[in-house]
Amino acid sequence: MKHHLILRVITKLLVGPIMLFAFYVQFHGDYSPGGGFQAGVIMAVGIIIYGIVFDMEHAKKVLPPWFVHKMLAFGVLLYTFTGVISFFRGKNFLDYSALSPHSAIHGQHYGILIIELGVGITVSGVMIAIYYAFGSRTSEINDAEW
Amino acid sequence: MLSGVFSLLSALLLITLDAVDVAFTEAAVGAGISIVLMLSTLTLTSRREKKSKNSNLIPLVIVTLTGLVLIYGTLDMPNFGAADTPSQIHVAREYIKRTPEDIHIPNIVTAILGSYRGYDTLGETAVIFTAGIGVLLILGRLSLRPRRRTKKIEKVL
Repeated sequence: MKHHLILRVITKLLVGPIMLFAFYVQFHGDYSPGGGFQAGVIMAVGIIIYGIVFDMEHAKKVLPPWFVHKMLAFGVLLYTFTGVISFFRGKNFLDYSALSPHSAIHGQHYGILIIELGVGITVSGVMIAIYYAFGSRTSEINDAEW
Repeated sequence: MLSGVFSLLSALLLITLDAVDVAFTEAAVGAGISIVLMLSTLTLTSRREKKSKNSNLIPLVIVTLTGLVLIYGTLDMPNFGAADTPSQIHVAREYIKRTPEDIHIPNIVTAILGSYRGYDTLGETAVIFTAGIGVLLILGRLSLRPRRRTKKIEKVL
């Protein structure tokens, strides 16, 4: 999309705020609508729009495919291990009140924050990985056809 | 394009129903990312559709019948904003009463998803993970040595 100056400038302006909004949704899920799932999708959209307007190779330099594939598994593992920690503290699986020795409510806060992060990492990983997988199969559409 | 418009409209509908979290998801997934994936799938296909020899009559009848059955199903649903809907009188009250004491965060939806129903959310995350892995396996993008493979294809070509 080298000829589309307006798209390129607007995308450059937008990618930063999109990422910032993703992090806001991610870590502010306790107080406002949203959470890991939505944040993961918004994060992925930020990368995808960058990949579409500039070039997928540039996006792959930011987030290499091997790293994205690790992200998929890491999110689920982060979630599961948060639950397993409760085992060793003598509580039920995924009972976050075990995470803080002083107060059960703080433990719940930490637990929700960590598992939402896990969900977010997995979701954004899946979306970006699918985009990479589809996008790298197609031959580049040359600029004349746009 | 139409499905994007539909998603955006249903997101607005969900906001009217005070389900802001679901509306957020619908707007991000339905109107945002599924269009991109749909378009990138379309670019993989050929430009013209094959002409179908079967008549359109049978699919039309099936679609109409399914639609009528679905509309018939909505007749049993409680009215909009009714206070005695099953979802309002069962466990929802308990969650609303106990979230400030147990978890103490303002967004009850996050409390239910993350803590009370944490096991469900773990399952959902695993489903998303499995779906992603499945798509990658089908498209053959999980191989550890993608470069060698492209070289082989070039040789074949």
